[in-house]
Amino acid sequence: MLEVKHLEKSYQKDKPALTDITFSVDPGTFVAIIGPSGAGKTTILRSLNQLIKDDGGQILLDGGDLRTANKTQLRGYRRQIGMVFQNYNLVERLTVIENVLHGRLGYKSTLAGMFGRYTEEEKQEAMTLLEKVGLEEFALRRCSELSGGQKQRVGIARSLIQHPKVILCDEPIASLDPASSRTVMQLLKDLTTEFNIICIANLHQIGLAKDYADKIIGIRQGKMVFNEDADALSEEILKTLYDQNVTEELD
Amino acid sequence: MQTPVNYLARKHWKQTGAIVLIGGIYLLSSWILKFDGLSGIIAIPKAFSWLGVNFKPTANSVHFLPSIWQKLIGTVMLAIASTVVASLIAILVAIMGSKVTGGSSLVQTIVRGIASFFRNIPLVAWAMILLFSFKQSDFTGFLALLLMSVGYLIRAFMEIIEDEASETMLALKATGASYFQVIFQAVLPQIMPSLISWILYMIENNVRDATLVGILTGTGIGFVFDIYYKSFRFDAAGMTVLSIILVVIALEVLSNQIRKVIL
Repeated sequence: MLEVKHLEKSYQKDKPALTDITFSVDPGTFVAIIGPSGAGKTTILRSLNQLIKDDGGQILLDGGDLRTANKTQLRGYRRQIGMVFQNYNLVERLTVIENVLHGRLGYKSTLAGMFGRYTEEEKQEAMTLLEKVGLEEFALRRCSELSGGQKQRVGIARSLIQHPKVILCDEPIASLDPASSRTVMQLLKDLTTEFNIICIANLHQIGLAKDYADKIIGIRQGKMVFNEDADALSEEILKTLYDQNVTEELD
Repeated sequence: MQTPVNYLARKHWKQTGAIVLIGGIYLLSSWILKFDGLSGIIAIPKAFSWLGVNFKPTANSVHFLPSIWQKLIGTVMLAIASTVVASLIAILVAIMGSKVTGGSSLVQTIVRGIASFFRNIPLVAWAMILLFSFKQSDFTGFLALLLMSVGYLIRAFMEIIEDEASETMLALKATGASYFQVIFQAVLPQIMPSLISWILYMIENNVRDATLVGILTGTGIGFVFDIYYKSFRFDAAGMTVLSIILVVIALEVLSNQIRKVIL
Protein backbone atom coordinates (compact mmCIF):
# COMPACT_ATOMS: atom_id res chain seq x y z
CA MET A 1 0.00 0.00 0.00
CA LEU A 2 1.21 3.47 -0.89
CA GLU A 3 0.35 6.31 1.46
CA VAL A 4 1.13 9.94 0.79
CA LYS A 5 0.64 12.29 3.73
CA HIS A 6 0.76 16.09 3.75
CA LEU A 7 3.24 16.30 0.86
CA GLU A 8 4.59 19.84 0.39
CA LYS A 9 6.88 21.35 -2.21
CA SER A 10 7.79 24.82 -3.40
CA TYR A 11 10.31 25.69 -6.09
CA GLN A 12 10.27 29.40 -5.20
CA LYS A 13 9.74 30.97 -1.81
CA ASP A 14 6.10 31.71 -0.98
CA LYS A 15 4.93 30.05 -4.21
CA PRO A 16 3.96 26.55 -3.20
CA ALA A 17 3.87 24.00 -6.03
CA LEU A 18 2.17 21.41 -3.81
CA THR A 19 0.21 21.95 -0.62
CA ASP A 20 -0.93 19.20 1.69
CA ILE A 21 -1.30 16.36 -0.80
CA THR A 22 -2.70 13.33 1.01
CA PHE A 23 -3.95 10.09 -0.52
CA SER A 24 -3.49 6.36 -0.30
CA VAL A 25 -3.65 3.63 -2.93
CA ASP A 26 -4.20 -0.11 -2.49
CA PRO A 27 -2.47 -2.72 -4.66
CA GLY A 28 -4.31 -3.59 -7.85
CA THR A 29 -5.54 -0.02 -8.31
CA PHE A 30 -5.01 2.16 -11.37
CA VAL A 31 -5.02 5.84 -10.40
CA ALA A 32 -5.10 8.71 -12.85
CA ILE A 33 -3.92 12.16 -11.77
CA ILE A 34 -5.58 14.88 -13.84
CA GLY A 35 -5.43 18.65 -13.81
CA PRO A 36 -4.30 21.61 -15.91
CA SER A 37 -0.71 22.02 -17.07
CA GLY A 38 1.48 23.37 -14.29
CA ALA A 39 -0.87 22.18 -11.55
CA GLY A 40 1.82 19.98 -10.01
CA LYS A 41 1.05 16.53 -11.42
CA THR A 42 4.63 15.79 -12.46
CA THR A 43 5.95 17.15 -9.17
CA ILE A 44 3.75 14.69 -7.26
CA LEU A 45 4.78 11.77 -9.43
CA ARG A 46 8.48 12.52 -9.27
CA SER A 47 8.35 13.07 -5.52
CA LEU A 48 6.99 9.56 -5.14
CA ASN A 49 10.35 8.08 -6.17
CA GLN A 50 12.28 11.12 -4.96
CA LEU A 51 13.57 12.19 -8.36
CA ILE A 52 12.33 15.53 -7.04
CA LYS A 53 13.09 16.21 -3.38
CA ASP A 54 9.95 17.54 -1.74
CA ASP A 55 9.92 19.86 1.27
CA GLY A 56 7.72 18.05 3.75
CA GLY A 57 5.29 15.23 4.44
CA GLN A 58 5.53 11.46 4.29
CA ILE A 59 5.61 8.91 1.49
CA LEU A 60 5.05 5.44 2.88
CA LEU A 61 5.49 2.32 0.77
CA ASP A 62 4.17 -0.61 2.79
CA GLY A 63 4.86 1.41 5.93
CA GLY A 64 8.47 2.49 5.17
CA ASP A 65 9.12 6.19 4.58
CA LEU A 66 10.97 6.94 1.33
CA ARG A 67 11.64 10.51 2.37
CA THR A 68 13.86 9.63 5.31
CA ALA A 69 15.67 6.80 3.53
CA ASN A 70 19.44 7.02 3.09
CA LYS A 71 21.08 6.51 -0.31
CA THR A 72 21.18 2.69 -0.19
CA GLN A 73 17.66 2.44 1.20
CA LEU A 74 16.41 4.82 -1.48
CA ARG A 75 17.91 2.56 -4.18
CA GLY A 76 16.03 -0.29 -2.53
CA TYR A 77 12.76 1.64 -2.71
CA ARG A 78 13.36 2.86 -6.24
CA ARG A 79 13.79 -0.62 -7.61
CA GLN A 80 10.30 -1.42 -6.29
CA ILE A 81 8.90 1.59 -8.15
CA GLY A 82 8.86 1.41 -11.95
CA MET A 83 8.63 4.56 -14.01
CA VAL A 84 7.25 5.16 -17.49
CA PHE A 85 8.00 8.45 -19.26
CA GLN A 86 6.31 10.62 -21.89
CA ASN A 87 9.41 10.46 -24.09
CA TYR A 88 10.00 6.78 -23.21
CA ASN A 89 13.57 7.61 -22.05
CA LEU A 90 15.05 4.47 -23.58
CA VAL A 91 18.66 4.14 -24.68
CA GLU A 92 17.75 4.40 -28.35
CA ARG A 93 20.93 2.85 -29.66
CA LEU A 94 20.60 -0.33 -27.62
CA THR A 95 18.35 -3.24 -28.47
CA VAL A 96 14.89 -3.71 -27.04
CA ILE A 97 15.97 -6.54 -24.75
CA GLU A 98 18.93 -4.57 -23.39
CA ASN A 99 16.59 -1.75 -22.50
CA VAL A 100 14.20 -4.12 -20.75
CA LEU A 101 17.08 -5.64 -18.77
CA HIS A 102 18.04 -2.17 -17.52
CA GLY A 103 15.13 -2.61 -15.11
CA ARG A 104 17.23 -5.20 -13.25
CA LEU A 105 20.14 -2.85 -12.54
CA GLY A 106 18.82 -1.90 -9.12
CA TYR A 107 19.13 -5.54 -8.04
CA LYS A 108 22.66 -6.09 -9.33
CA SER A 109 26.10 -5.46 -7.91
CA THR A 110 27.64 -2.28 -9.29
CA LEU A 111 30.20 -4.15 -11.38
CA ALA A 112 27.78 -6.71 -12.85
CA GLY A 113 25.43 -3.87 -13.70
CA MET A 114 28.10 -1.65 -15.23
CA PHE A 115 29.09 -4.32 -17.72
CA GLY A 116 25.56 -5.64 -18.26
CA ARG A 117 26.15 -9.18 -16.96
CA TYR A 118 22.60 -10.49 -16.58
CA THR A 119 21.65 -13.98 -15.42
CA GLU A 120 19.91 -16.56 -17.59
CA GLU A 121 16.69 -16.15 -15.55
CA GLU A 122 16.72 -12.40 -16.03
CA LYS A 123 17.06 -12.82 -19.79
CA GLN A 124 14.26 -15.39 -19.82
CA GLU A 125 12.03 -13.07 -17.84
CA ALA A 126 12.78 -10.19 -20.18
CA MET A 127 11.58 -12.35 -23.08
CA THR A 128 8.42 -13.38 -21.20
CA LEU A 129 7.64 -9.74 -20.50
CA LEU A 130 8.28 -8.75 -24.10
CA GLU A 131 5.78 -11.42 -25.09
CA LYS A 132 3.32 -9.94 -22.62
CA VAL A 133 3.61 -6.48 -24.22
CA GLY A 134 3.53 -8.05 -27.70
CA LEU A 135 7.09 -7.27 -28.75
CA GLU A 136 8.85 -10.65 -28.56
CA GLU A 137 9.77 -10.43 -32.24
CA PHE A 138 11.46 -7.07 -31.70
CA ALA A 139 13.81 -8.24 -28.94
CA LEU A 140 16.96 -7.73 -31.00
CA ARG A 141 15.88 -4.57 -32.81
CA ARG A 142 17.36 -1.22 -31.92
CA CYS A 143 14.91 0.94 -30.02
CA SER A 144 15.42 3.77 -32.48
CA GLU A 145 13.66 1.67 -35.14
CA LEU A 146 10.45 1.34 -33.10
CA SER A 147 7.28 3.41 -33.27
CA GLY A 148 6.19 5.54 -30.31
CA GLY A 149 3.64 3.02 -29.09
CA GLN A 150 6.17 0.20 -29.29
CA LYS A 151 8.78 2.25 -27.44
CA GLN A 152 6.30 2.93 -24.68
CA ARG A 153 5.60 -0.79 -24.37
CA VAL A 154 9.36 -1.40 -24.03
CA GLY A 155 9.32 1.21 -21.26
CA ILE A 156 6.50 -0.66 -19.54
CA ALA A 157 8.37 -3.99 -19.83
CA ARG A 158 11.44 -2.29 -18.35
CA SER A 159 9.42 -1.18 -15.35
CA LEU A 160 7.76 -4.61 -14.92
CA ILE A 161 11.06 -6.50 -14.77
CA GLN A 162 11.79 -4.51 -11.61
CA HIS A 163 9.04 -6.58 -9.91
CA PRO A 164 7.56 -3.28 -8.85
CA LYS A 165 4.96 -2.60 -6.21
CA VAL A 166 4.23 0.70 -7.92
CA ILE A 167 4.47 1.94 -11.49
CA LEU A 168 4.55 5.70 -12.03
CA CYS A 169 3.58 6.90 -15.50
CA ASP A 170 4.47 10.50 -16.35
CA GLU A 171 2.14 11.41 -19.24
CA PRO A 172 2.56 7.94 -20.76
CA ILE A 173 0.42 8.63 -23.81
CA ALA A 174 1.00 12.33 -24.43
CA SER A 175 3.19 11.61 -27.49
CA LEU A 176 1.06 8.79 -28.91
CA ASP A 177 -1.72 8.61 -31.48
CA PRO A 178 -5.22 7.68 -30.27
CA ALA A 179 -4.99 3.98 -31.20
CA SER A 180 -1.58 3.47 -29.54
CA SER A 181 -2.84 5.46 -26.55
CA ARG A 182 -5.66 3.01 -26.01
CA THR A 183 -3.33 0.00 -26.41
CA VAL A 184 -0.97 1.43 -23.78
CA MET A 185 -3.79 2.33 -21.37
CA GLN A 186 -5.36 -1.11 -21.72
CA LEU A 187 -1.97 -2.73 -21.13
CA LEU A 188 -1.41 -0.68 -17.98
CA LYS A 189 -4.86 -1.52 -16.68
CA ASP A 190 -4.44 -5.26 -17.34
CA LEU A 191 -0.99 -5.39 -15.78
CA THR A 192 -2.22 -3.54 -12.70
CA THR A 193 -4.75 -6.30 -12.08
CA GLU A 194 -2.57 -9.21 -13.16
CA PHE A 195 0.46 -8.32 -11.03
CA ASN A 196 -1.61 -6.68 -8.28
CA ILE A 197 0.44 -3.48 -8.46
CA ILE A 198 -0.31 0.16 -7.94
CA CYS A 199 -0.28 2.16 -11.15
CA ILE A 200 -0.33 5.97 -10.99
CA ALA A 201 -0.51 7.90 -14.27
CA ASN A 202 -0.55 11.63 -15.03
CA LEU A 203 -3.01 12.19 -17.83
CA HIS A 204 -4.35 15.05 -19.91
CA GLN A 205 -6.98 12.89 -21.58
CA ILE A 206 -9.93 13.01 -19.19
CA GLY A 207 -11.95 10.61 -21.32
CA LEU A 208 -9.25 7.93 -21.20
CA ALA A 209 -8.72 8.53 -17.49
CA LYS A 210 -12.39 7.86 -16.86
CA ASP A 211 -12.44 4.80 -19.11
CA TYR A 212 -9.40 3.02 -17.73
CA ALA A 213 -8.59 4.27 -14.24
CA ASP A 214 -10.17 2.95 -11.05
CA LYS A 215 -9.60 6.14 -9.13
CA ILE A 216 -9.03 9.73 -10.19
CA ILE A 217 -7.13 12.44 -8.33
CA GLY A 218 -7.72 16.01 -9.48
CA ILE A 219 -5.01 18.61 -8.87
CA ARG A 220 -5.43 22.34 -9.27
CA GLN A 221 -2.75 24.87 -8.38
CA GLY A 222 -0.92 22.33 -6.24
CA LYS A 223 -3.96 21.37 -4.18
CA MET A 224 -5.99 18.19 -4.31
CA VAL A 225 -9.55 19.04 -5.29
CA PHE A 226 -10.82 15.55 -6.08
CA ASN A 227 -9.97 12.02 -4.98
CA GLU A 228 -12.74 9.55 -5.75
CA ASP A 229 -13.65 6.56 -7.85
CA ALA A 230 -13.43 7.30 -11.55
CA ASP A 231 -17.22 7.07 -11.95
CA ALA A 232 -17.76 9.95 -9.55
CA LEU A 233 -16.01 12.44 -11.85
CA SER A 234 -18.67 14.91 -12.89
CA GLU A 235 -18.93 17.87 -15.21
CA GLU A 236 -19.05 20.27 -12.31
CA ILE A 237 -15.82 18.97 -10.82
CA LEU A 238 -14.13 19.26 -14.20
CA LYS A 239 -15.31 22.83 -14.48
CA THR A 240 -13.68 23.79 -11.17
CA LEU A 241 -10.58 21.78 -12.03
CA TYR A 242 -9.94 23.36 -15.41
CA ASP A 243 -11.82 26.70 -14.98
CA GLN A 244 -13.73 26.05 -18.19
CA ASN A 245 -16.07 23.71 -19.95
CA VAL A 246 -14.26 20.56 -20.96
CA THR A 247 -17.24 18.25 -20.82
CA GLU A 248 -16.97 17.30 -24.50
CA GLU A 249 -13.84 15.43 -23.46
CA LEU A 250 -15.98 13.01 -21.49
CA ASP A 251 -17.92 11.76 -24.50
CA MET B 1 2.05 52.90 -29.61
CA GLN B 2 3.80 49.88 -31.13
CA THR B 3 1.98 48.74 -34.26
CA PRO B 4 3.15 45.84 -36.39
CA VAL B 5 3.91 48.26 -39.24
CA ASN B 6 6.19 50.57 -37.29
CA TYR B 7 7.71 47.58 -35.46
CA LEU B 8 8.78 46.11 -38.80
CA ALA B 9 9.98 49.52 -40.06
CA ARG B 10 12.08 49.97 -36.95
CA LYS B 11 13.51 46.48 -37.32
CA HIS B 12 14.45 47.31 -40.89
CA TRP B 13 16.28 50.46 -39.76
CA LYS B 14 18.08 48.51 -37.04
CA GLN B 15 19.35 45.98 -39.56
CA THR B 16 20.53 48.72 -41.93
CA GLY B 17 22.22 50.45 -39.01
CA ALA B 18 24.03 47.24 -38.04
CA ILE B 19 25.39 46.76 -41.56
CA VAL B 20 26.56 50.40 -41.73
CA LEU B 21 28.21 50.02 -38.32
CA ILE B 22 30.11 46.86 -39.34
CA GLY B 23 31.25 48.51 -42.57
CA GLY B 24 32.32 51.60 -40.63
CA ILE B 25 34.39 49.53 -38.20
CA TYR B 26 36.17 47.87 -41.12
CA LEU B 27 36.97 51.20 -42.79
CA LEU B 28 38.14 52.77 -39.55
CA SER B 29 40.41 49.87 -38.64
CA SER B 30 41.94 49.59 -42.10
CA TRP B 31 42.57 53.35 -42.04
CA ILE B 32 44.33 53.07 -38.68
CA LEU B 33 46.45 50.15 -39.90
CA LYS B 34 47.02 51.76 -43.31
CA PHE B 35 45.81 48.47 -44.71
CA ASP B 36 44.57 48.45 -48.29
CA GLY B 37 42.09 45.61 -48.66
CA LEU B 38 41.48 46.20 -52.35
CA SER B 39 45.09 45.83 -53.52
CA GLY B 40 45.35 42.70 -51.37
CA ILE B 41 42.43 41.15 -53.18
CA ILE B 42 43.78 42.19 -56.57
CA ALA B 43 47.08 40.49 -55.74
CA ILE B 44 45.44 37.12 -55.01
CA PRO B 45 45.43 35.80 -58.62
CA LYS B 46 49.09 36.79 -58.97
CA ALA B 47 49.94 35.02 -55.72
CA PHE B 48 48.23 31.87 -56.89
CA SER B 49 49.90 31.87 -60.26
CA TRP B 50 53.29 32.30 -58.57
CA LEU B 51 52.36 29.41 -56.29
CA GLY B 52 51.30 27.33 -59.27
CA VAL B 53 54.53 27.92 -61.14
CA ASN B 54 57.00 27.55 -58.30
CA PHE B 55 55.35 24.91 -56.15
CA LYS B 56 54.32 22.66 -59.00
CA PRO B 57 55.79 19.23 -58.30
CA THR B 58 57.95 18.10 -61.20
CA ALA B 59 59.02 14.67 -62.36
CA ASN B 60 62.15 15.25 -60.34
CA SER B 61 60.26 15.73 -57.09
CA VAL B 62 59.00 12.15 -57.26
CA HIS B 63 62.14 10.89 -55.51
CA PHE B 64 61.14 12.86 -52.47
CA LEU B 65 57.93 10.87 -52.19
CA PRO B 66 59.24 7.98 -50.05
CA SER B 67 60.70 10.29 -47.42
CA ILE B 68 57.63 12.56 -47.56
CA TRP B 69 55.21 9.68 -47.09
CA GLN B 70 57.24 8.10 -44.33
CA LYS B 71 57.11 11.33 -42.35
CA LEU B 72 53.49 11.93 -43.28
CA ILE B 73 52.37 8.54 -41.98
CA GLY B 74 54.28 9.21 -38.78
CA THR B 75 52.50 12.53 -38.43
CA VAL B 76 49.07 11.00 -39.01
CA MET B 77 49.83 8.35 -36.39
CA LEU B 78 50.92 11.05 -33.95
CA ALA B 79 47.68 12.96 -34.53
CA ILE B 80 45.61 9.82 -34.01
CA ALA B 81 47.53 8.85 -30.87
CA SER B 82 47.18 12.28 -29.29
CA THR B 83 43.46 12.45 -30.15
CA VAL B 84 42.74 9.00 -28.70
CA VAL B 85 44.53 9.77 -25.45
CA ALA B 86 42.85 13.19 -25.33
CA SER B 87 39.43 11.57 -25.82
CA LEU B 88 39.95 9.17 -22.93
CA ILE B 89 40.97 11.99 -20.61
CA ALA B 90 38.21 14.26 -21.90
CA ILE B 91 35.39 11.76 -21.43
CA LEU B 92 36.38 11.15 -17.80
CA VAL B 93 36.65 14.84 -17.06
CA ALA B 94 33.46 15.66 -19.00
CA ILE B 95 31.48 13.12 -16.95
CA MET B 96 32.79 14.74 -13.77
CA GLY B 97 31.97 18.23 -15.01
CA SER B 98 28.70 18.02 -16.93
CA LYS B 99 25.53 19.39 -15.38
CA VAL B 100 23.71 16.05 -15.49
CA THR B 101 26.41 13.58 -14.47
CA GLY B 102 28.80 15.87 -12.66
CA GLY B 103 29.72 16.51 -9.10
CA SER B 104 29.01 19.66 -7.11
CA SER B 105 28.77 23.01 -8.83
CA LEU B 106 32.30 23.75 -7.62
CA VAL B 107 33.62 20.72 -9.54
CA GLN B 108 31.65 21.79 -12.61
CA THR B 109 33.10 25.29 -12.49
CA ILE B 110 36.64 23.95 -12.08
CA VAL B 111 36.21 21.58 -15.04
CA ARG B 112 34.85 24.36 -17.23
CA GLY B 113 37.77 26.53 -16.18
CA ILE B 114 40.34 23.86 -17.02
CA ALA B 115 38.72 23.16 -20.38
CA SER B 116 38.70 26.78 -21.43
CA PHE B 117 42.27 27.31 -20.19
CA PHE B 118 43.59 24.52 -22.42
CA ARG B 119 41.39 25.55 -25.32
CA ASN B 120 42.18 29.23 -25.30
CA ILE B 121 45.95 29.01 -25.37
CA PRO B 122 46.80 28.79 -29.08
CA LEU B 123 48.35 25.57 -30.31
CA VAL B 124 51.48 27.38 -31.44
CA ALA B 125 51.91 28.86 -27.99
CA TRP B 126 51.57 25.40 -26.43
CA ALA B 127 54.18 23.99 -28.78
CA MET B 128 56.62 26.81 -28.05
CA ILE B 129 56.11 26.57 -24.28
CA LEU B 130 56.58 22.80 -24.33
CA LEU B 131 59.70 23.10 -26.46
CA PHE B 132 61.56 24.38 -23.40
CA SER B 133 60.89 21.23 -21.43
CA PHE B 134 60.79 18.54 -24.07
CA LYS B 135 63.06 19.93 -26.80
CA GLN B 136 62.54 19.24 -30.46
CA SER B 137 60.89 15.83 -30.34
CA ASP B 138 57.76 14.02 -31.41
CA PHE B 139 56.67 14.02 -27.79
CA THR B 140 56.48 17.83 -27.74
CA GLY B 141 54.14 17.76 -30.71
CA PHE B 142 52.11 14.95 -29.17
CA LEU B 143 51.71 16.88 -25.94
CA ALA B 144 50.81 20.18 -27.62
CA LEU B 145 48.09 18.47 -29.69
CA LEU B 146 46.93 16.51 -26.64
CA LEU B 147 46.46 19.55 -24.41
CA MET B 148 44.62 21.50 -27.08
CA SER B 149 42.37 18.55 -27.97
CA VAL B 150 41.60 17.85 -24.33
CA GLY B 151 40.34 21.41 -23.96
CA TYR B 152 38.09 21.18 -27.00
CA LEU B 153 36.81 17.67 -26.34
CA ILE B 154 35.93 18.26 -22.68
CA ARG B 155 33.70 21.12 -23.74
CA ALA B 156 32.14 19.18 -26.62
CA PHE B 157 31.59 16.03 -24.57
CA MET B 158 29.97 17.93 -21.72
CA GLU B 159 27.50 19.49 -24.11
CA ILE B 160 26.76 16.12 -25.71
CA ILE B 161 26.11 14.55 -22.31
CA GLU B 162 23.84 17.40 -21.29
CA ASP B 163 21.87 17.32 -24.56
CA GLU B 164 21.56 13.62 -25.19
CA ALA B 165 21.87 11.67 -21.98
CA SER B 166 19.76 13.43 -19.38
CA GLU B 167 16.48 11.66 -20.17
CA THR B 168 17.77 8.08 -20.20
CA MET B 169 19.85 8.87 -17.18
CA LEU B 170 16.73 9.88 -15.28
CA ALA B 171 14.99 6.65 -16.30
CA LEU B 172 17.82 4.46 -15.06
CA LYS B 173 18.19 6.43 -11.85
CA ALA B 174 14.49 5.76 -11.25
CA THR B 175 15.05 1.99 -11.49
CA GLY B 176 17.45 2.18 -8.55
CA ALA B 177 20.59 1.79 -10.66
CA SER B 178 23.79 3.10 -9.07
CA TYR B 179 25.82 6.01 -10.48
CA PHE B 180 28.38 3.90 -12.33
CA GLN B 181 25.69 1.60 -13.73
CA VAL B 182 23.87 4.63 -15.09
CA ILE B 183 27.07 5.98 -16.66
CA PHE B 184 28.00 2.69 -18.32
CA GLN B 185 24.55 1.45 -19.29
CA ALA B 186 22.78 4.68 -20.25
CA VAL B 187 25.09 7.66 -20.69
CA LEU B 188 27.96 6.09 -22.64
CA PRO B 189 25.88 3.99 -25.07
CA GLN B 190 23.56 6.92 -25.68
CA ILE B 191 26.28 9.43 -26.52
CA MET B 192 28.63 7.05 -28.35
CA PRO B 193 27.76 8.12 -31.94
CA SER B 194 28.21 11.82 -31.21
CA LEU B 195 31.36 11.04 -29.27
CA ILE B 196 32.90 9.13 -32.17
CA SER B 197 31.85 11.80 -34.59
CA TRP B 198 33.71 14.41 -32.54
CA ILE B 199 36.77 12.20 -32.15
CA LEU B 200 36.94 11.73 -35.92
CA TYR B 201 36.65 15.46 -36.45
CA MET B 202 39.41 16.04 -33.94
CA ILE B 203 41.68 13.53 -35.73
CA GLU B 204 41.18 15.33 -39.06
CA ASN B 205 41.86 18.62 -37.40
CA ASN B 206 44.93 17.35 -35.59
CA VAL B 207 46.49 15.98 -38.78
CA ARG B 208 46.32 19.50 -40.21
CA ASP B 209 47.57 21.07 -36.99
CA ALA B 210 50.33 18.48 -36.57
CA THR B 211 51.91 19.86 -39.73
CA LEU B 212 52.12 23.30 -38.22
CA VAL B 213 53.38 21.99 -34.90
CA GLY B 214 55.99 19.95 -36.78
CA ILE B 215 57.49 23.12 -38.26
CA LEU B 216 58.03 24.41 -34.72
CA THR B 217 59.12 21.19 -33.07
CA GLY B 218 61.29 20.06 -35.97
CA THR B 219 59.52 16.75 -36.41
CA GLY B 220 57.15 15.04 -38.80
CA ILE B 221 55.87 16.32 -42.08
CA GLY B 222 56.04 19.94 -40.97
CA PHE B 223 59.79 19.65 -40.57
CA VAL B 224 60.17 18.10 -44.02
CA PHE B 225 58.17 20.93 -45.54
CA ASP B 226 60.22 23.50 -43.66
CA ILE B 227 63.53 22.04 -44.89
CA TYR B 228 62.44 21.91 -48.53
CA TYR B 229 60.98 25.38 -48.32
CA LYS B 230 64.03 26.95 -46.71
CA SER B 231 66.38 25.23 -49.14
CA PHE B 232 64.33 26.62 -52.04
CA ARG B 233 63.25 23.13 -53.18
CA PHE B 234 59.80 24.54 -53.91
CA ASP B 235 58.78 21.62 -56.08
CA ALA B 236 59.44 19.20 -53.21
CA ALA B 237 57.64 21.52 -50.79
CA GLY B 238 54.73 21.54 -53.25
CA MET B 239 54.79 17.75 -53.31
CA THR B 240 54.65 17.75 -49.52
CA VAL B 241 51.66 20.07 -49.48
CA LEU B 242 49.92 17.97 -52.12
CA SER B 243 50.49 14.82 -50.06
CA ILE B 244 49.09 16.49 -46.96
CA ILE B 245 46.02 17.64 -48.86
CA LEU B 246 45.45 14.12 -50.20
CA VAL B 247 45.73 12.56 -46.77
CA VAL B 248 43.42 15.11 -45.15
CA ILE B 249 40.80 14.62 -47.88
CA ALA B 250 41.11 10.84 -47.59
CA LEU B 251 40.64 11.04 -43.83
CA GLU B 252 37.62 13.25 -44.23
CA VAL B 253 36.01 10.87 -46.72
CA LEU B 254 36.79 7.92 -44.46
CA SER B 255 35.39 9.56 -41.36
CA ASN B 256 32.24 10.62 -43.19
CA GLN B 257 31.77 6.98 -44.18
CA ILE B 258 32.25 5.86 -40.59
CA ARG B 259 29.74 8.49 -39.44
CA LYS B 260 27.18 7.25 -41.94
CA VAL B 261 27.49 3.73 -40.58
CA ILE B 262 27.33 4.58 -36.90
CA LEU B 263 24.71 7.32 -36.84
